[in-house]
Amino acid sequence: MIKNIFLIGNPNVGKSVVFSRLTGVKVIAANYPGTTVEIAKGFLSIGEERLEVSDLPGTYSLEPSSEAERVAVSILTKYPKDEIAIINILDATNLERNLYLTLQLLEEGYPLIVCLNMCDDIQHRGISIDIEKLERLLGVPVVPTCAVTGYGIKILINKIKEAKPTQKNKLTHQGRWQEIGSIIEQVQHLSHRHHTFREALEDASVRPFTGLIMAIGIVFFSLKLVRYLAESAINKLLDPLFFNLYQPILDNLSRILGRSGFLHHLLIGELINGKIDFRQSLGLLTTAPYVEFAMVLPYVISFYIVLTILEDAGYLPRLAILLDNLMHQLGLHGFAIIPVLLGFGCNVPGILSTRVLESKRERFIASTLISIGVPCVALQAMIIGLLGSYSGFYVGGVYLVLFSVWIILGAILNRFLKGYSPELLLDIPPYRFPPFEVLAKKIYFRIKVFLIEAVPIVFLGVFLVNILVFFRLFDIVTNIFAPIVTGLFGLPKEAVLSLAIGFIRKDVAAGMLATLGLSVKQLFIAVTVLSISFPCMATFAVMLKELGLKDLIKATAIMVITSIVIGSILNFTIH
Amino acid sequence: MKTGQKARVLEILGGPGLENRLMSMGIYPGREITKFSHFALRGPVTIKIGRSVVAIGHGMARKIIVEAE
Repeated sequence: MIKNIFLIGNPNVGKSVVFSRLTGVKVIAANYPGTTVEIAKGFLSIGEERLEVSDLPGTYSLEPSSEAERVAVSILTKYPKDEIAIINILDATNLERNLYLTLQLLEEGYPLIVCLNMCDDIQHRGISIDIEKLERLLGVPVVPTCAVTGYGIKILINKIKEAKPTQKNKLTHQGRWQEIGSIIEQVQHLSHRHHTFREALEDASVRPFTGLIMAIGIVFFSLKLVRYLAESAINKLLDPLFFNLYQPILDNLSRILGRSGFLHHLLIGELINGKIDFRQSLGLLTTAPYVEFAMVLPYVISFYIVLTILEDAGYLPRLAILLDNLMHQLGLHGFAIIPVLLGFGCNVPGILSTRVLESKRERFIASTLISIGVPCVALQAMIIGLLGSYSGFYVGGVYLVLFSVWIILGAILNRFLKGYSPELLLDIPPYRFPPFEVLAKKIYFRIKVFLIEAVPIVFLGVFLVNILVFFRLFDIVTNIFAPIVTGLFGLPKEAVLSLAIGFIRKDVAAGMLATLGLSVKQLFIAVTVLSISFPCMATFAVMLKELGLKDLIKATAIMVITSIVIGSILNFTIH
Repeated sequence: MKTGQKARVLEILGGPGLENRLMSMGIYPGREITKFSHFALRGPVTIKIGRSVVAIGHGMARKIIVEAE
């Protein structure tokens, strides 16, 4: 009796897309190996039955080499073999490599069904596969699918019950490859055809010279696009909405509330020159929604649009090759750039995805560097919003400082941490262009996560701040830390509260800095320290889960020291 | 190896861990590979194995002994 279904396969064959199709549960899929680092679960109903479906991280073999692969392999051994069915998902364009895991699964006697995914892609790559013959040779059902469009999924569901173990002798590594060679010879036929433009592009991006040119172009264009999309939305849509439609309503409310008192303080905040100022009033109905929806959200949306396109097209692993050298200086290898890029969206998924790295040492370095040197998109939006009004020079300055910290700290960690870092071993996927609808769904999913998880905390943060300020509850703490903040960073002591609020949400913290009437130098130092110092509590929680308490304490000590050093250096060197 | 050159893997120096990892990606003694490109300053090497392109760190690539054709 089958109770559990597992999806297993090489990295980047589309397991998560098949999973979404089977269960309706949305999970993030992308075009690079190692998108899934956690086990996602959902349910599939066949007739009366409800079967649990688990999407496992990709693995090349049953001998795991990274944390994510270990997770995948270990879970399989936890269930009796007659209660599970395994859907082994294969990339049809790369049958040979994918069959290695299939043979291993068959040898272990798992009840198996083979799902030959990306079947749409094989035709224009000049490959044809004899499905019936493959079925006969493997002795298990083989279903061709194209999960992005949904083709073949129904047949796959109908055949799940037919998954059965086969009798197979254990082979040696070499023996397995020999058998694969003979299977390939019998079922796969390659027709000769000309190099396509897409293949020429694929090749160019993994050659040193053309690859570098393409990388510079793509990164530059991506950054431009993120800013252009976000700024257009702010200037043409959101600012007019807030100032012309929303502000008059609030003005009335402010008058009704009598322009002062606790409730006014909480909802509207302080009046600046007798008027509501969305950036400075700091009320639950004024600054909180303005910061989140008119300053941060546009950047969240535009960042994820651009990141999603780069991810799904399959460009990121190519960037990893180019940066391999640089990352080695930090005790990482090129692939660690992917967690870093995800961290620019939100540190939480960034740190989670460090699981694709092989060693604990790498995961510690990568997580620490992400939490220190990689500001999330919400904080970046605020940095651009606050400092950008002075000059782009200051915004660039923050990034330059953070990048230097990132490099120097990485080099120091690499020098002093025990152990060594493994080498890059990375499968480079072909470029793919998923249908618009697939991209749109993924972007929507990411934005929804942001709205559900971030926005309530922002309002909670602003609420807390108002209570603390109104009843002067934070004054003791402010006075304790005042010597560091005023003496070393050159900031007014009220900045203590802003920096502390950074633990709740960085964007709220940055928003509070705007209310302190800082000079541009002070603002520059404050946002830089805010980026480097403690990550927000969500990031803290994920670091605790991933690194354990001991390493979290180490990482925290590094953060505190780094932010004090950098804050002081900036304060005493800039004039 | 030169860019574009074909070669056959002779042996993999290094522990069973490395051997297993490379093996599961299709790099094993006897396999024919084509060098695709390499990156300066001890950067990674990319090779073609069958239909896939794999990038291998410099240090790891040095442990794969090949016989050029």
